[in-house]
Amino acid sequence: MAMLEVRDINVFFGVIQAIKNISFDVNQGEVVALIGANGAGKTTTLHTITGLLSAASGNIYLDGKDITKVPAHKIVGMGMAHVPEGRRVFASLSVYDNLKMGAYTRKDKKEIAQSLEMVFTEFPRLKERRNQVAGTLSGGEQQMLAMGRALMSKPRIILMDEPSMGLSPLYVDEIFKIISRIKKDGTTVLLVEQNANMALSVADRAYVLETGKIIIEGNANELLNDERVRKAYLGA
Amino acid sequence: MKFLSQLISGISLGSIYSLIALGYTMVYGIAKMLNFAHGDVIMIGGYVVYTACVTAGLPAAAGVLIAIVFCTVLGVAIERFAYKPLRSASSLAVLITAIGVSYLLQNVALLIFGSDTKSFSSVVSLEPVSLADGALVISGETIVTIIVSVIIMVALIVFINKTRPGKAMLAVSEDKGAAQLMGINVNGTIALTFAIGSGLAAVAGALLCSAYPALSPYTGAMPGIKAFVAAVFGGIGSIPGAMIGGILLGIIENLSKGYISSQLSDPIVFAVLIIVLLVKPTGLMGKKINEKV
Ligand SMILES: Nc1ncnc2c1ncn2[C@@H]1O[C@H](COP(=O)(O)OP(=O)(O)OP(=O)(O)O)[C@@H](O)[C@H]1O
Ligand SMILES: [Mg+2]
Repeated sequence: MAMLEVRDINVFFGVIQAIKNISFDVNQGEVVALIGANGAGKTTTLHTITGLLSAASGNIYLDGKDITKVPAHKIVGMGMAHVPEGRRVFASLSVYDNLKMGAYTRKDKKEIAQSLEMVFTEFPRLKERRNQVAGTLSGGEQQMLAMGRALMSKPRIILMDEPSMGLSPLYVDEIFKIISRIKKDGTTVLLVEQNANMALSVADRAYVLETGKIIIEGNANELLNDERVRKAYLGA
Repeated sequence: MKFLSQLISGISLGSIYSLIALGYTMVYGIAKMLNFAHGDVIMIGGYVVYTACVTAGLPAAAGVLIAIVFCTVLGVAIERFAYKPLRSASSLAVLITAIGVSYLLQNVALLIFGSDTKSFSSVVSLEPVSLADGALVISGETIVTIIVSVIIMVALIVFINKTRPGKAMLAVSEDKGAAQLMGINVNGTIALTFAIGSGLAAVAGALLCSAYPALSPYTGAMPGIKAFVAAVFGGIGSIPGAMIGGILLGIIENLSKGYISSQLSDPIVFAVLIIVLLVKPTGLMGKKINEKV
């Protein structure tokens, strides 16, 4: 049984169908990439998994438990965190308060302090700027904050929506290094990216989404050499 | 001395506007809607105090407490049955519903209590304080209103910035989706906001009717509009803005009444609002509005 199972989901915006009968799995300990062009339905897929959108049909299972109808705010407590597209940090709150918000569902103060230490070790920049208002951080710092905030819930699986979007190459490298470390720590990752090259270099497996359908799936290094993927997504 | 006395009663009236404006601004910040029925909750609060204290003869403190509980439940019920079903409707539909709720509350009061003005007996038993050999007399209502409002405002600021549900309110007001991803129950947070706003409206109702002891089904309408103006004036969505906006509005209104004309005080208040909005469209403490989907 996979940790996260998505089965035949269909999602509509009014009459427009954004997701067409998608199924895929994410196994414990894996990094799985979901790649595709603008408007392919990547964000919609993640929103449906964490309950911000609801599927017209189909099912989503976390650890074998059907979470299709579980409201969004109960998901994080089940061990799944979501770093949303565009970061969406709480702009008027401090870095520290944003991180505390990530631990909203946790009770044990000591464990929360440990997670905070861990996040500050992972992102020293956030520690330096702990009292700064999040809205005044640079784009890259905000992305780190969004990731740190998600890690504060001590997730077993973390969904990331285009963490490299709009960042300078230096920051992109940094973000992908962090993703590798998150994987090494045993956390499962579902990574949505347009930067297919980078995504496939950290991922174990990948799915390619095109206009709401999964058109290709396979091991990441297979896809790196796949003619269709190279043409469409790797600019080769 | 006249100036000082006008200023102090302006601060007192303004504190009542602030208490009401807080309800408008918190609900706007969190549910992104203008709850035009908010002013009528004040009136209902007034009638509950009247019924408890004048009709049933309970002590003032008990009457105010009952009114707070009643209005809190009423506010949550209004949100649950009138606004929650419209969560994804257009803002125009929500606005029209809010106006409908406002008329509903006024007409229910009309049915139960009739249209005649009831003379409210003050919930304040403090004697007036006379200063400077009687040149400056401050009523007990004025003093209690200012003290109660300051306590409530400090408590509210501490609640919002230091407690878990308070921080959840901040998060929801910024980004509902991201707040849910943190595990925050957005519906619960919205209900809590209505509860707090309506509880404050009950306190405002009791203080308002004590200072101006005439109670009718339309008692809440004008203070409601003025408090709304105060909220916009201070920057709708901003809590310190509502506090400052309310107090400034009360001062401007009272000074205009005292030095210009009591008939012109309302037009002056609205003119000041228009000028402020022309110079600073987001209000005194308002943030740039960046609404997220
Ligand atoms: N709220 C909405 N209302 C209507 N259509 C929407 C809405 N959100 C997304 N869509 C449509 O659904 C499709 C999938 O959008 P989605 O945001 O999931 O794409 P994406 O793969 O994440 O793209 P990007 O890489 O640009 O973020 C698009 O055609 C988009 O226009
Ligand atoms: Mg997207």
